[in-house]
Amino acid sequence: MITIAGAGVAGLASAYELASRGARVTIYEQGEDPSDNSCSWLAGGMLAPWCEAETAEPEVVRLGVGAKAWWQQFTKVETRGTLVVAPPRDRAELTRFARRTQNHRIVSAAEIAELEPALAGRYGQALFFEEEAHLDPRQAMLDLIKAVQALGVEILYGTPAPDRVDVDCRGMASGLQGLRPVRGEMALIDAPDVEVTRTIRFLHPRIPVYLVPRGQGLYMIGATMIESSSWRPITVRSALELLGAAFALHPGLGEASLVETGAGLRPAFADNIPRLVLQGETTHVNGLYRHGYLAAPALARQLAQQFFQETSDADHRERRTA
Amino acid sequence: MQLYGIEIASRLLLGTAQYPSPAVLNAAIRACGTEIITVSLRREAAAGSGAGFWQGLQESGCRILPNTAGCHSVQEAVTTAHMARELFDTPWIKLEVIGHSDSLQPDVFGLVEAARILCNEGFQVFPYTTEDLVVGEKLLEAGCELLMPWGAPIGSGQGLRNPDGLRAMRAHFPDVPLIVDAGIGRPSDAALAMELGMDAVLLNTAVAKAGDPVSMAAAMAQAIKAGRTGFRAEPMPRRDMAVPSTPVLGLAELT
Repeated sequence: MITIAGAGVAGLASAYELASRGARVTIYEQGEDPSDNSCSWLAGGMLAPWCEAETAEPEVVRLGVGAKAWWQQFTKVETRGTLVVAPPRDRAELTRFARRTQNHRIVSAAEIAELEPALAGRYGQALFFEEEAHLDPRQAMLDLIKAVQALGVEILYGTPAPDRVDVDCRGMASGLQGLRPVRGEMALIDAPDVEVTRTIRFLHPRIPVYLVPRGQGLYMIGATMIESSSWRPITVRSALELLGAAFALHPGLGEASLVETGAGLRPAFADNIPRLVLQGETTHVNGLYRHGYLAAPALARQLAQQFFQETSDADHRERRTA
Repeated sequence: MQLYGIEIASRLLLGTAQYPSPAVLNAAIRACGTEIITVSLRREAAAGSGAGFWQGLQESGCRILPNTAGCHSVQEAVTTAHMARELFDTPWIKLEVIGHSDSLQPDVFGLVEAARILCNEGFQVFPYTTEDLVVGEKLLEAGCELLMPWGAPIGSGQGLRNPDGLRAMRAHFPDVPLIVDAGIGRPSDAALAMELGMDAVLLNTAVAKAGDPVSMAAAMAQAIKAGRTGFRAEPMPRRDMAVPSTPVLGLAELT
């Protein structure tokens, strides 16, 4: 039997990849239910590897490319792409973003109006990352839980992990050397009067924000990135900046209701690249930073391949797991 | 160059915000050979101290110059300076009192007041100021031993908007270390600052937001060295007319 500590997105994805290869898996989770996994629960749910390349290393893009297809196995993925816009006076930010990323095309005002009628007339130009997608992270997590349970995985909520586990996916709580916390704050708003159907990234030199539609008028606005280990609720300043940027993105969002705010600590390595770390007999899946839903599938696959000593040769793999 | 009695060899001071990752930041620090890095202190960091980011910076071996970035009042700046002294165990403080949130222009009145309070408390203050000579005098009166005039608004990358003002400062304060802080966008801006006789350059965004921060850090260090050497070599005067560089008299007589 394989034991996993942590039932966030990294732990669940790992369990899925291991169990689908025939392993018996038990997950220990300190939290009482899925909403206790703050990073996974508060995530944006963007599957946007190419946009992330603006600040992330190429390795993150490589890890993230397969995420869309992986999640589509269990949950609803909105494959509508990402639209990146900038206020007129910060047009230079759009140029910079375009230079640092790939797999996008420039769209005109007319095309913006067609893609997102709510933004018509507001932006002269945008970048469209057509192959990107988003999901509702909470629904996705619940769907993934169902999928792993269907494979016989046991998830023990409210149960601290034993001293020794095979796989540790507890983020900051793992105490792994070299990890640092990067605080993130987010807000959830209910804006039934503004209809946006895809992720919008709004470039602003002070606080770039993204807006992810969650359906039924709900939108997630995120996220700050602060080198801090503080768990306290969102600060007034951060809330002002996030909501102010959302208001600048579309004044109609000023009429939205603020239904939830959250703050959590992303686990990150010094280079911000998620990875597997073997320590003693435990393999850590950690440092997912702001790439949890994006990178977890690829890391989980790596982990499972490591456990089953698979090679990339498909025939060989079948023999080994048979 | 001596800053508050400490001999510093590198004339590049580097800010630590906005890098793609701490790993890139550390590589940039190594590439430019800086000895002083500025660190913005946020209230939260003190509450949750020991965060890995700070640890990494302290391991870089550089002197830490904490700053009061984002403070809009004297009280806020003074409180932040107190926290910085406690957290980083240094009397150094880069004092910013921001007057306007859009231009991030220093509030020079608040700056002088905060500098007076902090110098009296034994802080060694690095004041972020404008090129105004009178403000500079007041800061020195308050106890500052160096001045950090802006090149252009913070993060704008516009270069030196008022080279004449900086030249006047150099002439007016011949023996005070002058560090251009803010506004540098490219290596040529940094070189120009040094050619004007500035003692050092402090920059952040120009490196952090470059396509390749590590190479840009190296380029900035080279530009600063070149500018400094050029200043000391006493550049020739500019002239309105051409002067041939080949002698016109005494042509060879080929017999």
